[in-house]
Amino acid sequence: MTQREHSAEAAQDFADTDYSALLAALARLLPADSLLQVNEDVKPYECDGLSAYRQVPMAVALPETEAQVVAVIKACRAAGAPLVPRGAGTGLSAGALPHPQGVVLSLAKMKRILHVDPVARVAVVQPGVRNLAISEAAAPLGLYYAPDPSSQIACSIGGNVAENSGGVHCLKYGLTLHNVLRVRAVLITGEIVEFGNHALDAPGYDLLALTIGSEGLLAIVTEVTVKLVPKPDHAQVIIASFADVMTAGDAVAAVIAAGIIPAGLEMMDKPAAAAVEPYVKAGYDLTAAAILLCESDGTAEEVAEEIGRMQAVLEASGATKIRVSQSEAERLLFWAGRKAAFPAAGRISPDYYCMDGTIPRKRLGEMLMAIYDMEKKYRLRCINVFHAGDGNMHPLILYDANVPGELERTEAFGAEILRLSVQLGGTITGEHGVGYEKINSMCDQFCADEIRAFHGVKRAFDPEGLLNPEKAIPTLYRCAESGRMHVHGGDIPFPELERL
Amino acid sequence: MEGLLEEFRSRILERKPLRLKGGGSKDFYGGPLAGAVLEIGGYSGIVGYEPTELVVTARCGTPLAELESALAARRQFLACEPPGFGAGTVGGVVAAGLSGPRRATAGSLRDFVLGVKIMDGEGRVLKFGGEVIKNVAGFDVSRLMTGSLGTLGLILEVSLKVMPLPLGDATLRFELPQDKALDAMNRWAGQPLPLAASCWQDGVLTLRLSGAQAAVTAARGKLGGDVFAATEAGAFWQSLREQTAEYFAGDAPLWRLSVPSVAPPLELPGAPLIEWGGALRWLRTDADVEQMRQTAARAGGHATLFRGGDKTGGVFAPLQPALMEVHRRLKQSFDPYGVFNSGRMYSEF
Repeated sequence: MTQREHSAEAAQDFADTDYSALLAALARLLPADSLLQVNEDVKPYECDGLSAYRQVPMAVALPETEAQVVAVIKACRAAGAPLVPRGAGTGLSAGALPHPQGVVLSLAKMKRILHVDPVARVAVVQPGVRNLAISEAAAPLGLYYAPDPSSQIACSIGGNVAENSGGVHCLKYGLTLHNVLRVRAVLITGEIVEFGNHALDAPGYDLLALTIGSEGLLAIVTEVTVKLVPKPDHAQVIIASFADVMTAGDAVAAVIAAGIIPAGLEMMDKPAAAAVEPYVKAGYDLTAAAILLCESDGTAEEVAEEIGRMQAVLEASGATKIRVSQSEAERLLFWAGRKAAFPAAGRISPDYYCMDGTIPRKRLGEMLMAIYDMEKKYRLRCINVFHAGDGNMHPLILYDANVPGELERTEAFGAEILRLSVQLGGTITGEHGVGYEKINSMCDQFCADEIRAFHGVKRAFDPEGLLNPEKAIPTLYRCAESGRMHVHGGDIPFPELERL
Repeated sequence: MEGLLEEFRSRILERKPLRLKGGGSKDFYGGPLAGAVLEIGGYSGIVGYEPTELVVTARCGTPLAELESALAARRQFLACEPPGFGAGTVGGVVAAGLSGPRRATAGSLRDFVLGVKIMDGEGRVLKFGGEVIKNVAGFDVSRLMTGSLGTLGLILEVSLKVMPLPLGDATLRFELPQDKALDAMNRWAGQPLPLAASCWQDGVLTLRLSGAQAAVTAARGKLGGDVFAATEAGAFWQSLREQTAEYFAGDAPLWRLSVPSVAPPLELPGAPLIEWGGALRWLRTDADVEQMRQTAARAGGHATLFRGGDKTGGVFAPLQPALMEVHRRLKQSFDPYGVFNSGRMYSEF
């Protein structure tokens, strides 16, 4: 085994790994159908939900037990081979993009719900359990798992932990971070550890918080305890129309200023509403520059009171038209359009690219106006859906990969949106993760010392840098090479290198 | 303020052990105090507060009381109710990572930390997280700092999520023995009720409801119990949060047992005070460290010698060796020369 030290400066080279020995070892450790090696078997793992980036892996391991996970990790470490963990493969940042010299470790076969406790209000599940399956299992008890990423029908809880996934109800109910009590995981040494527990805190540093959202760089999750919360027995949603996007953005701030925390607060601009309406026939106001969806949930009394207050605020904020859902069917119809934004984009354009920056709410209007200018600059259309309540925006840039130059213009358009997100006081990723996709944009958001600190955290868990290398945290060499180093206090990494 | 930063940096660059001190309100908490005192209380003030963004950013030395009155003026608050223990400062509050009575339903302090600015063991100023609620760029170092007892760096500035003050509020009381009170708290927590806080002591369960006025009224009708007058109730919850209640007075060692809310009454000497729907159990006892640790561990939690007592057995429950190794390496990475609060969490670093 070659001892390598994970470094902040430059990427590692895994070229001297003895793969035939590693594959032979894995074949001894796993059942035959848990190890994929031939091209036609491993090809489906070449990308995740972001198919613009592809790489066929050397092998895919699909352990069925924690003991097998430990064995795979130990074998890879002994061989010095990188490991790329994978859940359901629905991620949107190429976080599960295989490493050309590595093994994909899929947790998809570990999909048992081990225990649902109605009194303690927790569920103990394996990492491959689908997000929605947890809420379905808890539904007979009047409970559910709150975070609801739009991929919840397919995405796995292990992947949610890796990405700190959100959804449309985060403002009121929090992210994965706020709804996970305990993670059981295997370190690169093969040691089994537990972060958090079934109490409300644990001794020592908050490694649970550090692990959630770590994109598979720190440990491999083998079991998760999630919090279950009582299902609100009533919900209603308001659709409000606005004549311009700035007024709509101000209305979002006014709702919050009135002391209201909506269960969901979403914004769609005119092109987005126009794209989804033919698809779902939700009755959206297609003359409005922007529409807001504002939801209240709770007891019937609570919802009636809150909807009244929301309506008053939205009217005072210049809404030109307001509709309140009058039945559960109508509420779902109002939401259907918002939730259909991605498929609708796919219907009106051969390809689309989804962005994920977050900005302070008060800058929403400003950001939209800037995006409209960028559409002209890059000669591409963009439709905009926002989790307005928490400032997380998902502009969908429409392009055609078959037209030479369009993908490159799309990437440049996206990178400019992310740079502006950072400048407006926000972040390059709200809930999709950095993965491989946004790794260069990390250099816009963090200075060299901060990136070194991230690598220090990485080394504390994985000194040899074998877990999901070249994802989430850029090397300083990469930042310098992409010409995007965030200059902080005049400190430029690699001053000796020429700049682009 | 720049001058203060330079002073902090030059002290850190001396590479000698420092004890970070804000208001000095939590000197009682954690391992033995060691190192030369570095006063950071002067680095003070609210840097930014935008009620419509639900976020406030303050320097470490800002008194918690000052921050809270600024929020109250805009009808907002820190929903996790971190204790200030008198002169507590924002930096100390975040370093200690403690939460108050509403924690079981509102979330913990770490849930509300959105970003930090720190000075590391080499005098570098680093920023992590930010001022937005959804942010997954880079490891969550802000929350790693929360509750790290100042052992990883000097927290210079913190951004916290704030919440609107609830419109409806009521406190109810029930006479119930401990086991029945635990059952009731867990049962109610599984229902869509506007629970905010709970406390059981000496056969009396006190329950706080907060939320929409209509929800609080409906819950009162459903739960029954005796209504506790608003002003008295406010003082009661405040005395729990700040540990000025009678239970916390005197010199007997105070143990904090953090356990699953469904854990049955713990078989330990002394009369407990229970918070957080059953998940936090305080005990005044001279019981042996091992007995406390084992009882908490059997219940699925951990025991901390919170105040007083004999600290030679360690204040916090020991970590499994693999996790201790990760802790040591994190410490080494942020504070390679062992400058900050050494031994305040564990004697190993």
